[in-house]
Amino acid sequence: MFFWIFQVSLHGFLRDITRTLIQRIEEAFDTFFGGGNNPLRHLGAMGLYFLWIVVGTGLYLFTVLDISIHGVYNSIGHQSRDLWYFGGILRSLHRYASDAFILVMMLHMLREWAYGRYYGFRFYSWITGVPLIWLVYASGIGGYWIVWDQLAQFSAISTTELLDWLPIFSEPAARNFLAPDSINDRFFSMLVFIHIGVPLLLILGLWAHVHRISRVDYLPSRRLMLGTMATLLLLALIKPALSDAAANLALAPVELRLDWFILFIHPLTDITSPALVWSMLLAATALLFLLPFLPHPKAEPVAEVDAANCNGCSRCLADCPYAAITMEPHPNRPGYKIAVVDPDLCASCGICAGSCPSSTPFRRQEKLVTGIDMPQQGVNALRQQLETQLAQLNQGTRIVVFGCARGADIKALAAPDTAVISLICTGILPPSFVEYALRGGADGVMLTGCRTGGCDFRLGDRWTTERLSGQREPRLRGNVPLTRLQLVFASANDDKILAEALQDFRTRLETQAVSADPLQPYFRRPSHHA
Amino acid sequence: MLKPAAATVGQVILYAAFAAFVGYFATAPTYKQIPDDVALIKLSISHLGDRECRKRDPEELKKLPPNMRAPMDCPRGRSDIKLEVDIDGQPAFQTVMHPTGLYKDGISTVYKRFEVKAGTHQLSVRMNDNLVKPGFNFVKEAEVTLKPAQVMVIDFNPDRGGLFFK
Repeated sequence: MFFWIFQVSLHGFLRDITRTLIQRIEEAFDTFFGGGNNPLRHLGAMGLYFLWIVVGTGLYLFTVLDISIHGVYNSIGHQSRDLWYFGGILRSLHRYASDAFILVMMLHMLREWAYGRYYGFRFYSWITGVPLIWLVYASGIGGYWIVWDQLAQFSAISTTELLDWLPIFSEPAARNFLAPDSINDRFFSMLVFIHIGVPLLLILGLWAHVHRISRVDYLPSRRLMLGTMATLLLLALIKPALSDAAANLALAPVELRLDWFILFIHPLTDITSPALVWSMLLAATALLFLLPFLPHPKAEPVAEVDAANCNGCSRCLADCPYAAITMEPHPNRPGYKIAVVDPDLCASCGICAGSCPSSTPFRRQEKLVTGIDMPQQGVNALRQQLETQLAQLNQGTRIVVFGCARGADIKALAAPDTAVISLICTGILPPSFVEYALRGGADGVMLTGCRTGGCDFRLGDRWTTERLSGQREPRLRGNVPLTRLQLVFASANDDKILAEALQDFRTRLETQAVSADPLQPYFRRPSHHA
Repeated sequence: MLKPAAATVGQVILYAAFAAFVGYFATAPTYKQIPDDVALIKLSISHLGDRECRKRDPEELKKLPPNMRAPMDCPRGRSDIKLEVDIDGQPAFQTVMHPTGLYKDGISTVYKRFEVKAGTHQLSVRMNDNLVKPGFNFVKEAEVTLKPAQVMVIDFNPDRGGLFFK
């Protein structure tokens, strides 16, 4: 029991340390790239981008490959040597994009673990990601064999020697590489078949991996793609991928220019043993599968739909980042639809509540009931909290700060002239609350969310920005003066930036003309039948 | 965000760091599996062990259905195979290979890699594929000269006279 508790707390400690480190590095990258173009905030999309480069260049290499013992070496060598300006570059891109893919895959896994994104509604995505690592390495190692140079010879023998430790072959697979006459042309046909088949399985697995996410980032931003492609091209020109000497099974390769991203397992086997390497690989895989079952925070209540207030508009369906909502026939209104929440997929972010047209606080119901709502932070409670805090603002320039609980801490901003309301996610706030706050007595409203690309629920910052700028329903009404609204995207490490932004906003409000504000005060008169 | 020029400089540095990292570890540091003055001897044998068959007498054959009157009665299982390898007069490897398969009727295999200094060596390999009989029914001894990084294979093929080096 003690050991279990120790392990769990050690795991939590390691995860916290790693998360802090990753956050700091990401934020440092933000300084240069900005959130939208920050590669560390789009590792999944970067991985897919590298994969498409590998697939595209691989298709070309397949078309020029002469599938025979000497043919594979000569045909690929011809590309690098005689067609260096095209085939050689494509070959280099194939290699370097493969290495980069493995790099971002590992970083992606590390980042998701560090941010605690492996249990609950993310269980499926995590579990489906684990076998992909095996497929990636099977593709990568097999790819090196096709060239049939000394590195291929070394990798083929080392891999089969490793596989032979498992009781799966009646005859040692390494016998296939005993002498120059041990292999024939058909071996390379099989190799190419596997090297195409396994990546196809990988793509199928990736489809399953992102299946429960809506609006998947299949590619990073155009700017990031261009920058990355330019970098890879430059690398391909400066240091083109070349074959070693041709394989000769009568001689053991002595010095190898090893690709440590893909082939690190061979030296590891040499300095340990096949038994230890298999134990480590299987233990690591089992650990990744078991991670979601380790103790973790209890799941928050999921979104609830109120049939009487859901008009079937599908905005929540469009905005849900995790495809947790489906539209089905309304039970009480023929011809209408109703949102249905899948509790297994719901992230409890509340973005759906922010998208619901019934979530407007201007409705005169004593108890505001909306179409889809969060039990732990309903729009009615939000309106009551806002009204209470507005009533308490009694001096100076009155500002209401709505802040994401996962971003910068807004509690420290609370003051007699500043009301702070913490939200599950900024996306839960219907834009009408901004107008409601301004017409209820606030001089300005500040909204804080996670940094761009850093939303814990993927789309909260994006939807908030689009709703407030009138690009997405529900829109902030056009009569709301944008001078009285301030959006600040700040992470948990940005408390100082947030405090400065609030001060700047206050100064701006105090210096701008009051006549610029056309909004009329609004005081809700309760109605019992609205 | 920094000013565009400063941000661009920062991006270029980070892209360059990424390229340097990927480019370096894609081929370096170099790896040596064996030292320069070493050769490899690979022992790899895949062989079906022998079995003790009994000749059926005419009376016994008569009792069998006509389609099953095989003159020899052979058990399904195969014998273990005993193998010993000496290098320069010193025992380098000894094993007993077991037949594969649930009924022990499959081949027996061994795969082993030895690193030896390049030069001349005295090799002696002995194998018994029917442990009911004592001693070794296959023996191969030879003096071999190996160059650095040369791979020499010890294999077995009954059609080539049993044990052989190549």
